[in-house]
Amino acid sequence: MAVDYTTQTTGGIGDAVLRKEDRKFVTGEGRYVDDLKLPAMLHAVFVRSPFGHARITAIDTSAALALPGVHAVLTHATLPVETGVLSASNPGGDVRHPEQAILAKEFARYAGEPVAMVIADDRYIARDGADLVHVDYDPLPVVVDAEKALEPGAPLVHAEYDSNLVKTLEHVTDGFDDAMAKAARVIKLRVDNQRVTPMPMETRGCIGDWSDSTGEVTLYTSTQVAHFVRTFVSIVCGTSEAKVRVVTPDVGGGFGAKLNTYREEFAVCAASHAVGRPIKWIEDRTENAVATIHGRAQVQYYEAGVDDNGRIVALKFDAVQNNGAYNMLLTPSISHLTLFMVPGLYDIQDISIRIRQTFTNTTPTDAYRGAGRPEATHGIERLMDAIADDLGIDAAEVRRRNFIQPEQFPYSSATGLIYDSGEYEANLDKALELSDYAGFPARRAESEQNGKHRGIGLSTYVEVCGLAPSAVTAALGIGAPGWEHSTVRLHPTGKATVITGTSPHGQGHATSWSQITQTELGIPFDDVEVIHGDTAFQPYGLGTYGSRSLAVGGIALYRSLGKVREKARELAAHLLECSIDDLEWTGTAWQVKGSPDRAKTIQELAYAGWTSASLPEGIEPVLEATTFHDPPNFTFPNGTHVCEVEIDPETGRIEILNYTAVDDCGNVINPLIVDGQVHGGIIQGLGQALFEETVYGEDGQMLTPTLVEYLVPSAADVPPMTLSRTVTPSPSNPLGVKGIGEAGTIGASAAIVNAAVDALSGLGIRHLEMPMQPGRVWKAMQEATS
Amino acid sequence: MIPSTLEYTKARSIDEALAAVAAGARPLAGGMSLLPMMRLRLASPGAVVDLGGVPELVGVCEDGDELAVGAMTTHRAIANDPLIARHCHVVAQAAAGVGSMTIRNRGTIGGSLAHADPHGDLPAAILAAGGAVIVRGPGGERRVDVGDLITSYLTTTIADDELITQVRLPKDAAQSAYAKFHRRAIDWSIIGVGVSIGADGVRAAATGVGERPMRLTGFESVLDGGGSLEAAIARAAEGLSPTADLDGSTEYKQHLVGVLAARAYAEASSR
Ligand SMILES: Cc1cc2nc3c(=O)[nH]c(=O)nc-3n(C[C@H](O)[C@H](O)[C@H](O)COP(=O)(O)OP(=O)(O)OC[C@H]3O[C@@H](n4cnc5c(N)ncnc54)[C@H](O)[C@@H]3O)c2cc1C
Repeated sequence: MAVDYTTQTTGGIGDAVLRKEDRKFVTGEGRYVDDLKLPAMLHAVFVRSPFGHARITAIDTSAALALPGVHAVLTHATLPVETGVLSASNPGGDVRHPEQAILAKEFARYAGEPVAMVIADDRYIARDGADLVHVDYDPLPVVVDAEKALEPGAPLVHAEYDSNLVKTLEHVTDGFDDAMAKAARVIKLRVDNQRVTPMPMETRGCIGDWSDSTGEVTLYTSTQVAHFVRTFVSIVCGTSEAKVRVVTPDVGGGFGAKLNTYREEFAVCAASHAVGRPIKWIEDRTENAVATIHGRAQVQYYEAGVDDNGRIVALKFDAVQNNGAYNMLLTPSISHLTLFMVPGLYDIQDISIRIRQTFTNTTPTDAYRGAGRPEATHGIERLMDAIADDLGIDAAEVRRRNFIQPEQFPYSSATGLIYDSGEYEANLDKALELSDYAGFPARRAESEQNGKHRGIGLSTYVEVCGLAPSAVTAALGIGAPGWEHSTVRLHPTGKATVITGTSPHGQGHATSWSQITQTELGIPFDDVEVIHGDTAFQPYGLGTYGSRSLAVGGIALYRSLGKVREKARELAAHLLECSIDDLEWTGTAWQVKGSPDRAKTIQELAYAGWTSASLPEGIEPVLEATTFHDPPNFTFPNGTHVCEVEIDPETGRIEILNYTAVDDCGNVINPLIVDGQVHGGIIQGLGQALFEETVYGEDGQMLTPTLVEYLVPSAADVPPMTLSRTVTPSPSNPLGVKGIGEAGTIGASAAIVNAAVDALSGLGIRHLEMPMQPGRVWKAMQEATS
Repeated sequence: MIPSTLEYTKARSIDEALAAVAAGARPLAGGMSLLPMMRLRLASPGAVVDLGGVPELVGVCEDGDELAVGAMTTHRAIANDPLIARHCHVVAQAAAGVGSMTIRNRGTIGGSLAHADPHGDLPAAILAAGGAVIVRGPGGERRVDVGDLITSYLTTTIADDELITQVRLPKDAAQSAYAKFHRRAIDWSIIGVGVSIGADGVRAAATGVGERPMRLTGFESVLDGGGSLEAAIARAAEGLSPTADLDGSTEYKQHLVGVLAARAYAEASSR
């Protein structure tokens, strides 16, 4: 879709309006946690374990305390908290949840685990003080690999359990064994979805401010989930939730890394309580590498039973998920999301799934853009190519033969989901046309003449978004609901404040929510202010993650806007002395049907509602409404990504020549924002496919702690992208929207790997693991040709 | 990423700078390597002396059959300098490929040589060209061939109380080129090879192959002896044992040395 990114036409639903929040960001006027300075504020630096696994036998803080400017050094023994970090995730009810003390208690179980906290006048002194804290460690045996962690005799991460198993998730359909037995052939594939680091541009950071006189605690933190943080701070720090306020300033990206409640957030509150002054902690970049959650880290074994036409008749999926040393907020639920999406957008009714989650001596994993779903998509999309290859069928054709068909919606998947809508084949056709799939053989021949291997790769995906119906989150063992809040408040002057429980950190909600308000209530785009991320202003908000904001929070807004419009209607009928049935909505006013001269604009009604000079019977003053919206179902965005690559046979270097993405996210509120989300998502998928991997040595030391070793793509690595859309509106919400935040990441990695494998298929190469660094590709070529 | 406390002074002349280093200060050039090391606390100098205020240390001029390049001349200035482009292309090309524009705007040729990163591009390119440095200290000035300057990882023969003031580049390295292999669009070299074809033969040198930049003596001797390029490539990595790491195996890196030597040689020959 050709969008003119430079001009703003109007500001309603569907318009490519420029983002209203961008001016402050591009002029450097965003206010992040580190920009905040409270009176008398002190600074914290954490002492972290250098060992992957060790017993802490003694901590000597005297030298640090003697350093001028150091105010306190806190350890597990002295930090005033009531519990450790809590997880909200317990699928099946029997997940092992070991204690995760705020500062390590006796054992450190991963390199980077916080052991002590130094509080000083400034960050530099605090850091010098951290070097002076002397900790005696007794190193213990380490296990970092998830599969090895399950072997008998593996070092135990938590000695109180008899193994490193956290939880086994299983799901087997009744007909699976029979179906697999009847398969004409069985195609096997192992896929290692490597560990990666979310790496938001802004690292984490927080300020705790505990007032002794009032008992109130204010926590400023870079988060996606302010209310979760507040609830948990009250429990961990042992105070009333009503006394805790969590404020989210501008947030420079999250990607799931800030969908959590971290030790440091509790520690700054408790330390502020102990020391009596506000305490700031800003995570540095190398600290971020070890102290903030990682993503993916799942090894998968696929077995597809197929018939002679390439139709999958039975699918077996056996995976090991590396949870890291502890369970964070949602860790056990992430691979649960993988479980649901194992069949992808294919009609596979006989399925056998086992996912074993393990503890290892590594930083905990949790939600990273896509959260469990990219793992499912990457695996099945590699598998589809393996099937196509095995049967000698075209990669697009094998997908067509397995797609769920349009007439099957609503479709009950073998894993228990109800897919809402989709036209997968139409979407695929559009992508094939845009990428000139048919013309590929000629382009391949041309590359061959230039001594290059050329390949084309497809990825067709469906994701489950709009998290989540609360009854479902409860059934899945998540101790939190999935609804969202909104309040719409009209001011006497006819301007609007929208308060949302979503927590944008780059997604542009201020813009999209203003567009919805303009279309649904007739308040101009520029007259709408959107407030988010401050628990003092909201009843409760669940935050932003899982591509939920529009599909859940946007619908909460839509419903509040409808309530305000209906209240305005009653007021208009009263003022125009007619019945509400005589009125029609013009988009900006209520008017007597067919009589434009007898009308009240929404602004006039806002004023009348405020002055309350004359209100209809039973109507309260002021146009304002609140909604708590619990979605009836998830949404299921889907799409097709096509990637074309060239590989240099001398070096193994992969160059992406072009990239086409056709996404179906239902109705679009702002095409500019949707394209931006897809661009960014694809780049993150590209990062995983080509560059990124968080690597641990066998001894538990991270080998990629800086951006010299951990390679994130820059703008210069981004290939030309062609974006387009198909639209099948979601029937499960009145705006027909599905969500787009994670789609790019979910679709991208498989398209790129499939293209590279296709390029090398002539050499007999059938699979490549990520990241496909040139050294690895070259080695595969060497092995294939020798 | 929080450096420890330090003293900062800015020198106005080479003598001021020499006095400061004699008193224990660490020279600060572009800061593109020193500051990251300080932030990681791999270096914690108690004092630094900024060389950015010494005009004599900046610029390129002809001096007989050599070019004299001030130690504080930035990568960007070197990449764009017409004299270097004409007489010593391999160095201009290497400088143009360093990091990103922001890095090239600050990083300096003297800093690159003094820092001696085993993956640095400038040391290998200057070694291929046959350059030298002028080092000044309490005892006066001395000249050191780049081949004798770097002894090991991040280690040179420059004493703590000395400074590199100038880099000397030969004017007979016009027929030369630098080939760099890296992963992202903007990145450090995994391997980089510079080749210069001069009156007295072929000089080739590589970075990323060990603890310091190394001459490709096998490659040079085949070509100097009139052998074929294929034969030279086969011997390019002779005696080199680059460390296996996340970028690839020793074998892969040895292979890359040959590929890049061939590419640089082809480009140099065509100039
Ligand atoms: C993101 C990034 C990417 C990079 N990519 C590359 C790349 O692709 N290729 C490459 O070659 N380099 C790369 N670099 C390094 C860059 O070239 C640096 O500029 C260079 O290594 C050091 O030069 P500097 O002027 O910044 O020196 P500084 O960092 O200021 O100093 C480095 C060291 O040299 C000493 N020193 C400096 N000047 C003198 C002098 N005149 N006499 C004696 N000692 C001195 C200092 O005391 C210090 O020990 C990169 C750096 C970064 C941050």
